[in-house]
Order: sequence, then C-alpha cells, then structure tokens
Amino acid sequence: MALIADLLLQAVQMMLVVAIAPALLGVTRKIKARLLRRVGPPVLQPYSDLWKLMHKEAVLADNASWVYRVAPYLIFAATWVAAALVPSYATGLLFSWSADLIAIVALLGTARFALALAGMDVGTAFGGIGASREMMIASLAEPAMLLIVFTVALVAGTTQLSAIATLFATGPVGLRVSLGLGLFAFLFVAIAENARIPIDNPATHLELTMVHEAMVLEYSGRHLAMIEAAAALKLVLYFSLIICLFFPPGIAAPGAGLPTYALGISVYLVKLLALAVLLPIGETSVAKMRVFRYPIFLGSAFVAAALAVFLLFVSKGF
Amino acid sequence: MPSLMFDIAHLLAGSMLVLSFLLLYQDRIAAVINVFALQAIALSLSVAWQALVQDAPALFVTSALALIVKGFVVPTALRHIIRRLEIDREIEQIIGSGPTILTGLGLVALSILLMQPVGEVNVYAREDLAFALAVILLGLLMMITRRNAVTQVVGFMSLENGLILAATGAKGMPLVVEVSVAFSILIAFIVFGVFVFRMRERFDTVDVSALDRFRGERTD
Repeated sequence: MALIADLLLQAVQMMLVVAIAPALLGVTRKIKARLLRRVGPPVLQPYSDLWKLMHKEAVLADNASWVYRVAPYLIFAATWVAAALVPSYATGLLFSWSADLIAIVALLGTARFALALAGMDVGTAFGGIGASREMMIASLAEPAMLLIVFTVALVAGTTQLSAIATLFATGPVGLRVSLGLGLFAFLFVAIAENARIPIDNPATHLELTMVHEAMVLEYSGRHLAMIEAAAALKLVLYFSLIICLFFPPGIAAPGAGLPTYALGISVYLVKLLALAVLLPIGETSVAKMRVFRYPIFLGSAFVAAALAVFLLFVSKGF
Repeated sequence: MPSLMFDIAHLLAGSMLVLSFLLLYQDRIAAVINVFALQAIALSLSVAWQALVQDAPALFVTSALALIVKGFVVPTALRHIIRRLEIDREIEQIIGSGPTILTGLGLVALSILLMQPVGEVNVYAREDLAFALAVILLGLLMMITRRNAVTQVVGFMSLENGLILAATGAKGMPLVVEVSVAFSILIAFIVFGVFVFRMRERFDTVDVSALDRFRGERTD
C-alpha cells in the first residue's frame, strides 16, 4: 500500500511537469507580447500547437536516416526523465535517490547530443551551423554548470537534489555569498541552455542568429511536436532546478499528508509563475548578442561559479 | 551569534573580490569608475563591520574616510578628468579579457593557498588576508593589463582598497597610520592627475605606451 502511494506521488510529479510545460511557455510568450504592446496568443496556445502538429503528416527528407526519426523521441524522453527527477513539490519521492545533479546534467547532455546529430543528419547547411553553434554553447555552459554543481555540493555535502532541497529549506545554511554567485551563474547558464535572448531568440527564423531553430528546421508533424514539447519541458526543468536549489522553502517533506502535498504543489506553481513572468521581463530589457560575444557572456558565468567555489574554500578550508 | 558575524564579514569581503573581477571585465572608462566607487562602498561597509566585530571605534573613522574619499571624491574627480580629456570610449587592453580573467582566477587561487596556514591561528584573519591579497593582486593585474593612464590609476586605487582590507582585518592598527595612508593615497592621486593632464598636453594621448620611446625601448 505504501509502495502504491509512493508510486502515485512520483507519477503526480511526472505528469505535473509535462502537463504544465506548454502552459508555462504560453505564459512567457503572453507576457513578452504584452511587454511589446502586442496582444499575443492565448496562454493555452502551445497546447493547440502541439495538438495540431501531432495530427499533421511528418515529412521526411529522402536521405534522412533512422537517427533523424529516433532523435525527437530520445530528446523528449531524456528531458522528461530529467524533469521528473527534480524535486518540484515534495522531497523524498520514490525515485529521488537517483535525482543526482550530475545525472541530470548528463541526461541533458544526452538530449543535446541527439539533437545535434539530428541537425546534421539530413546534411543541410542550416542544420550543420545550428549544431556547431549548439556545441559551442554547450562547451562553454557545461563547465560553468559543473562548477555550480560543485558549489552547491560543497555547501550541502551531497549532490542529491532531494537532500539538498531538504537542507536548504529547513537547515541553517546562513548567509552565503557563494550561493548568490552560484545563482547568478546558474541564471546565465539557464538562459543559454534554453535558447533565450540574449543567446538565442526562440521566436525568429533569421539565419544569422538561429541556433536551436536551425537544427530543427527540417522537422515537421509529430517529430516537431516532440521537439517543441521537449523544449517546453526543458524550461520547466531549469525553473524547477532554480526553485529547488535556491528557493526551496514551501516544499513538502516526505510522508506528509495530502493537504501538505496540495500546498506544496500550489507553492511550486506560484514560484514557476513568478519565474515565467521574470524571464520575459529580462528578455525584453536586453538585446540579442552577436555569436562571437557568447564566450564573454558564458565566461562570466564560469568565473562567477569558480569564484563561488573559491570563496567556499576560504571560509571552510580544505 | 558568531557564525552570522562571520558570514556577514565573508559576504562583504567576498563582494569586494567580485567587484575586483568586475573591474577587470569592464570595457569602458566610465563603467570602470562606477565599479570602483562600488568597491570603495563595499570596503567601507566591510571596515565598519570589522569595527563592530572587533569593538574598535577607530575603525569607523577609517570606514568613513574610505566612503567619502574613495567612494565619492576620487570617482567624481576621475569623471571630471575623463570629461575634460574626452576619453570616455573603449579601453585598449594589452591582452584580451579572457586570458586576463583566467589569470585573475589563478591569482585568487594562489592567494587562498598562500593564506591557508594562517587558518590554524585565526579564521577571521585568514579570510580577510586571503581576500585582501587577492584584491591587491587583481589591482596589480589591472595596472599591468591596461594601457590607459586613467584605468591604471583605478587599478592602483583598487590595490590600495585591498591594503586597507588587510589592515583592518589584523587587530591593533593605529589610527595615525590609517590617516597617513589615506592622505598619501590622496597625494598620489593628485600627482597622477597632474601627470595625466601633462601627458595629454605633451602627447595628445593618455596611452602610456607613448612613453616607451622616451625610455629607449622602442625606436620608431
């Protein structure tokens, strides 16, 4: 009976992230449109888009290999697993022992690898340039991400997300300049990974600036739906990581009653909504960067994360 | 609650270090001066916190001096200089910003490792000295990597911020020394200012590489 309840709670988490992902994307698009004094599409528009794509014919290029056909499902699966493992409304879920920060980085790396392969598979120029740019961003963002993982792991003494969230939500962490720097670096990495302005613009198909869109340009129908859904899930995943690592208060403890879980879910949704409002505000206040400026942008994230680790060594010793 | 006191000291000194890095990052002279003013304010807060922790009222005077002189007077004067000379544009660096920042990270790691043995005696002192040494080295790095005389002055002043941080971390620095250090910095600043103006008059530039010819290093 207890096992069934545990499974159920884990299933709620899995379904929750995938169910709200398009709505979250809709909210960011709506806010962004309002900030630009446009009316914007309805908040629920991404659901209709996905529905439409699911029922359209998938057009394949003549020279597309099996990689091209498998990649969308692989990307969606890897992203979904990662998103389902990050503690969102409760800690200590059934599979939380496997929710390791490094494992999540690796899952996202797998998804990115599949996407870059798929981008190059058909052999068009756009796919190639998109894949090469994506790999450049990855090679800059991942070291920064790993340093952030080290920072959090040094403070908490573990890389397991559930334990970290419990510690930060309840335990005495104190005033830590390292965590502030870590948050700063994490925001930069999240912007780069989610292809948002100033690194990439998800709403444009201008060949000079495309990164993510260039790779998926050839996709259509259900394949495109999978990729779009994975992109929305990735946004939820990064928001959840920000909430779980840096603003965990309100998360439900394991073994709490149903009302606590309901409270946990509503607190989580409110936090997600706050981030979904803040993201377009940040996006509209900066300009898109030139590709050759990316190393400086992501380099500053790397420096901030490295400083965070150093500062921890100063205060703690080796 | 001693741990909170430690955390706040850590926060303030750490933010000085972060601002040192921001100084290395800036491309424009006006932005460099703004960051420098911020660093001076962080320094004065840090010194004031040390005054509270160590129960040494004399340090409040140091803090006020840092705030007024380096937080407001020096930045205002520097802004005045760049307006007069009309040099508010991109800074020429000798080496690019990437290698500079990586060198900076290396210097921070070096100063932390150097100050590690102090930790057995006093954790406060180790923290303070490690941060101060890092700020000093980053100030030196800034003076080395910049060609523009005004940004070199900012690097020198930032180096001196590190010195004050080190001095306040160690107990028992007499106020007379503080005041005389502050005045000597002010004098140095005035000398620098005169130097910059004279240089501008003579060479029509504040790029210090123009001076190389007169040292016989370059024959063109």
